[in-house]
Amino acid sequence: MSVRLFVPCDAGALAVGADEVAQALHKAALERGAEVEIVRNGSRGLYWLEPLVELETAQGRFGFGPVTADDAPSLLDAIIADKPHKLSLGLTEEIPWLKRQTRLTFARCGIVDPLSLDDYRAHGGYKGLTRALTLTPDAVIAEVTTSGLRGRGGAGFPTGIKWKTVSQTAADRKYVICNADEGDSGTFADRMLMEGDPFVLIEGMTICGIAVGATKGYIYTRSEYPHAIATMAKAIEIAKKAGLLGDKIAGSNYTFDLEVRTGAGAYVCGEETALMESLEGKRGVVRAKPPLPAHHGLFGKPTVVNNLLSFAAIPFILDEGAKAYADFGMGRSRGTMPIQIAGNVKFGGLFETAFGITLGELVDDIGGGTFTGRPVRAVQVGGPLGAYFPRALFDTPFDYEAFAAKDGLIGHGGIVVFDDTVDMSKQARFAMEFCAIESCGKCTPCRIGSTRGAETIDKIRRGERVAENIALVEDLCGTMKLGSLCALGGFTPYPVLSALKHFREDFGPQQPRLQAAE
Amino acid sequence: MTPVYETWETARGAEIIAEHSKMEGATLPILHALQEAFGYVPEEAIPMIATALNLSRAEVYGVFTFYHDFRAKKAGRHVLKLCRAEACQAAGGDALAARAEAKLGIALGNTTADERVTLEPIYCLGLCATAPSAMLDGRLVGRLDEARIDALVSEAQR
Repeated sequence: MSVRLFVPCDAGALAVGADEVAQALHKAALERGAEVEIVRNGSRGLYWLEPLVELETAQGRFGFGPVTADDAPSLLDAIIADKPHKLSLGLTEEIPWLKRQTRLTFARCGIVDPLSLDDYRAHGGYKGLTRALTLTPDAVIAEVTTSGLRGRGGAGFPTGIKWKTVSQTAADRKYVICNADEGDSGTFADRMLMEGDPFVLIEGMTICGIAVGATKGYIYTRSEYPHAIATMAKAIEIAKKAGLLGDKIAGSNYTFDLEVRTGAGAYVCGEETALMESLEGKRGVVRAKPPLPAHHGLFGKPTVVNNLLSFAAIPFILDEGAKAYADFGMGRSRGTMPIQIAGNVKFGGLFETAFGITLGELVDDIGGGTFTGRPVRAVQVGGPLGAYFPRALFDTPFDYEAFAAKDGLIGHGGIVVFDDTVDMSKQARFAMEFCAIESCGKCTPCRIGSTRGAETIDKIRRGERVAENIALVEDLCGTMKLGSLCALGGFTPYPVLSALKHFREDFGPQQPRLQAAE
Repeated sequence: MTPVYETWETARGAEIIAEHSKMEGATLPILHALQEAFGYVPEEAIPMIATALNLSRAEVYGVFTFYHDFRAKKAGRHVLKLCRAEACQAAGGDALAARAEAKLGIALGNTTADERVTLEPIYCLGLCATAPSAMLDGRLVGRLDEARIDALVSEAQR
């Protein structure tokens, strides 16, 4: 009997022993003389079950997890004998956490072999590009505009309008940049997709290049993501060999080339103008806008800069049509959002769903509360520049406008859960400290204000003139918000002010606290 | 898995710079390549990059010092990076970082006196659903607890 197993090669799975599990399964198979094929897939995104081993059957894939190397012999015995195993999860697709998702962008992640073009095609890959090649560039852009897709990096700018601006700007050379500089804590969707389904990004960027008339694309990602970089680079080589990148893409008259570039540990390079400076080989210092990147971007040429998740949504939109995408969502937030649930949470991972689900459903219902078993006290949504939400705001629907109305942001869709041992003045201080570490130094409110902010919160925590110093921090936040060019200095006030507003009791002389979760 | 680096030689440095100098925006790729080869970016390389890319030394030095990744001198034999961002904080990362600091007798951002271990903060490895996490010489470790951090520290000290 031949057995086909899937063991993820996703960095999150590797961090909890997926390689060791794959090796142990291989060894156990040799010992038993069993014919076992082990496919290294991406992650399904159910991280509390990683390493999640799957068995291919006629009914679908059966999951087992979390598997350790020690479990491998007994697991293989059970599989060969067709007997139940203590780690059996049943059909993976039937696991409620996965079943209730709407996976459009992540449709293939965790299912396909990330570097198999045949597998990608067998699961609907390159159908979007095929259709795009039958349309005029303007019609492709119209499709993207109609889909209602907005920038998934957090700013939420309509993607189609950005593309149209670049397409209408005349130039001898244009660029497409994928912002995969996913530095927000609590986010890992870009990493997962690059490791689990790299061709969807290549396809999305290729469609963009064709639509706007760009011939060169860059994927700018983080040095903290070595596995994603390696997979992405290999996928690009495979696509080139298959005639899907380079000259005469898929037999058309279009040219589009792609390259991965690696940042060097600067958070601010996730800001699009700093990113372009970095790509040009300079310090990642933010540029003033205007001019917009769409007019005057990389090397002064018209440039589309989109988040990875925006590009990854494109193949579906072109394949299934704008309406199919826009049918999901609420208000002006159309389609689906890959939400990442992380931190002190029982069931953490990637949950792609239509906009409109409430924060409370995400944290309590889907996330299952904290893994420490203590009550959830706060959640930070949208990374280090996102606001902290108390339980009282858990009825907020996940939607760009709804979060803005509550003085927050959805950012790149990361949710970090904290239990009741969290010290919110410490978190506010960290926001300032992080801004001080990562500031590019261009704007004074960000460069100096962040350091002064951390010092002032220290004073509050020591009990020095608490009311006056709180007023000072609030005033400083106003200056940073209005006086900084980019979101780093401009949004650092979100976590600080939200902590002050919703958790004021934590700002004052420090009492001995409960031990932090371990 | 101790990383092995070449000893700096001007000719080898020049070769690496030449390999990348035709790229668009070559500064970062060159700095990365040099650090990958030698474990750090030797001071002597800065004017060489400047000449190759027709930039001033100050510009190249400015780029080199802007990014957290680039080192002016070699790190310890092992580099242990602890994720210090919010998701890992929420999962008990603060206490584990303090534990690692105490075990090694150094604060984050430093190298032990015997030059065996460099302990560094990292702001997000993207393993936020299996937090707290760390990276030892490129190997990722998630779901850290006291036992796991102790094992990592011992491994790094060997």
